[in-house]
Amino acid sequence: MKQVLVCWRDRKGQGTRAQAMWGSWGLRAVRARGWGPAGVRSAHRGTEPRRATAPEGKQSNRILLMTPWLFSDKGIIYFKYNNITFAYSDKMKNYRYAGMRLYSSSATVDPKEMKTFKALAYKWWDEQGAYAPLHSMNDLRVPFIRDNLLKMVTNHQLGSPLSGMKILDVGCGGGLLCEPLGRLGALVTGIDPLNENIKTAQQHKSFDPVLDKRIQYKACSLEDIVEETAETFDAVVASEVVEHVNDLETFIQCCCQVLKPGGSLFITTINKTQLSYALGIIFAEQIAGIVPKGTHTWEKFVSPEELESFLESNGLLVQTITGMLYNPFSGYWRWTENTSLNYAAHAIKSSAQVETEEHHTKVPGIDGQEASQK
Amino acid sequence: MAACARLTRALVVPGATLGGPGLRWLSRSVGPGQAVYDVVVAGGGMVGTAMACALGFGAWDHICNMRYKPFRRMQVWDACSEALITFDKDDLDDMGYIVENNVIMSALTKQLDAVTDQVEVVYRSKVISYTWPGPFFNEETSPWVQVTLADGCQIQTKLLIGADGQNSGVRRAAGIQNVSWPYNQSAVVATLHLSEPTDNNVAWQRFLPSGPIALLPLSDTMSSLVWSTSHEHAAELVSMEEENFLDAINSAFWSDASHTDFIDSAGSLMQYVFTLLQPTNSSARQLPPSVAKVEPKSRALFPLGMGHAVEYVRPRVALIGDAAHKVHPLAGQGVNMGFGDISSLVHHLSTAAFNGKDLGSLSHLAEYETERQRHNVSLIAATDLLKRLYSTTLSPLVLLRTWGLQATNAVPPLKEQIMAFASK
Repeated sequence: MKQVLVCWRDRKGQGTRAQAMWGSWGLRAVRARGWGPAGVRSAHRGTEPRRATAPEGKQSNRILLMTPWLFSDKGIIYFKYNNITFAYSDKMKNYRYAGMRLYSSSATVDPKEMKTFKALAYKWWDEQGAYAPLHSMNDLRVPFIRDNLLKMVTNHQLGSPLSGMKILDVGCGGGLLCEPLGRLGALVTGIDPLNENIKTAQQHKSFDPVLDKRIQYKACSLEDIVEETAETFDAVVASEVVEHVNDLETFIQCCCQVLKPGGSLFITTINKTQLSYALGIIFAEQIAGIVPKGTHTWEKFVSPEELESFLESNGLLVQTITGMLYNPFSGYWRWTENTSLNYAAHAIKSSAQVETEEHHTKVPGIDGQEASQK
Repeated sequence: MAACARLTRALVVPGATLGGPGLRWLSRSVGPGQAVYDVVVAGGGMVGTAMACALGFGAWDHICNMRYKPFRRMQVWDACSEALITFDKDDLDDMGYIVENNVIMSALTKQLDAVTDQVEVVYRSKVISYTWPGPFFNEETSPWVQVTLADGCQIQTKLLIGADGQNSGVRRAAGIQNVSWPYNQSAVVATLHLSEPTDNNVAWQRFLPSGPIALLPLSDTMSSLVWSTSHEHAAELVSMEEENFLDAINSAFWSDASHTDFIDSAGSLMQYVFTLLQPTNSSARQLPPSVAKVEPKSRALFPLGMGHAVEYVRPRVALIGDAAHKVHPLAGQGVNMGFGDISSLVHHLSTAAFNGKDLGSLSHLAEYETERQRHNVSLIAATDLLKRLYSTTLSPLVLLRTWGLQATNAVPPLKEQIMAFASK
């Protein structure tokens, strides 16, 4: 597996600043203002990347000194242009579970999927960095959650549409999704098995007094908190998580247990199709080398039908399933009818009161065979 | 559903700007430690204050209660030929409004007073320095922009909006490159009394070889003068006796000294052609009013130039108004572009806030920049081109612009396009 070390200098050549990136240039990263990659060099896996320090008060000017040389493990120099693909985001999700083995054993968290995330924990909040696709996915996920939750309430406070709601973000990582939800007024609990992620998330939110009060983080897995938080959450968000859990059935059961009756479950994940294999595994891992080999297990991808059957068998009524598409050139996500790659699902926990007013606006997932041309 | 996300507070801090006290707009969230503001607007002239008011509208009502003058027609003509172009709306509706700077400032300040729970104004303050956040999230350093005032106050904010004029401190501190060149012209402004009261609803502009002179209606008896000319001539005009000043103005509007026979005949030939093609077109040429008096102490001058910032945004910084762009006053678009910036930025910020985004995030700021740069660059380029085109007396160019002006005058849809673009 290759780790890419990106170094650059500011205009005065005052020292270099380095950041280890998973080949995260993409076109978004290159557009980063005020700082930019000057050279690219790969380092071996064990190397802890040098921590970036910001110069005092000076904004470095954007200079792209492209020295496109990369040393592979075998010392061969070749040029690599790293592109961000669709599957990039789920690679990131993988990382959130790094170090699971150190924490505890759990039925749902897969210990195999974790190792290098510790080194990347601090990179969560670089918007043009490795996690850029996740940041831009917020443009879809946050309105998705916000609008579907607003449908449940009759009136909301202007300026704080989600105030009064308690939301659980399972596998929150660096808190990328917790913070926008917190800004919209919700009381958010973010859980993640990896200590480093929780630490990063906590540090990031501590600078904003408002968010500090609204969000709380806990380093644990979902099963650990099921008993004490049974039926307390208005919404549970499991974004880019279910394709990494070992036991999906148990996971969904736990989600259902912590939800209030009538509460919402939001899931975004990747479909199990030939297309997702081609783009997410072959292209991202083996050809472009963005995702380290072995990060993804295609077998663990979940198709919408499978997800739906699990949800319904656990008493969660599926309201919506819609596809999401990432454009690596613009760096933006958009909604689409096609669910053969990424998709989002919204389900409501049934209760005695909530009648089955099923807005079944589901889009059936496209079979792998038919999806190849998209 | 309107995107409504309330910023808890905005603070406006005066800096050194051309017009009025600077205002800084900060939004404070009360909490332990140093207060963090949502937005800081550095510098307040009309644009900075308007940005601060953008949370609540209603400033126009204040203006209506004071003074403003609608105009219905605009006549622009050349000193070197008979060509002219007129803009008006079909049914002679109000095309636009002329409002004095002071009136706008006063209205905006009144509006600010109405939103004191969200906007804090720090008058008479000056910014000493800005500290930008590092590119990477670091536990030690704050991710917010730090602003240090002259009185030692340190303010943190999530988004800094630079509205501090053409010599923007924010722009300089951020290291944003500014493409600019001087025009070697100064503009003389004055408030004039007309020789007789009239239904003053026409804006006049005449392109002299030394620069355009414009008369904009303020009321039925008063008009505002904007005369762009060379530095020496401008200094002369400002210091000369009132009588001579008035004579100069009147002759600038009426004199035929720059006409040449060749151009005159070429112009009338083209006019004849257009009349053949479109006999129903063309409004009559009107004569501008003559002026009788100058309002005492209203003469002033300021240098002209062109400026455009290469980037309008950086992470946690946005530039609006003259800090981002500076233009020749011949089209009267300078502050209008600033107001356009405000409305675009407010739109993007409110969408971002409704999505719970960090206000200083580059993603939506970059969209604001693209939208505004597209509009502003074309306008600045067109104004610069016009200025260069009209500052010469070389026959070929005069011929070109005479015919061009007549042609544009003869095509109403084109004029409508121009009006629509200018009023965006």
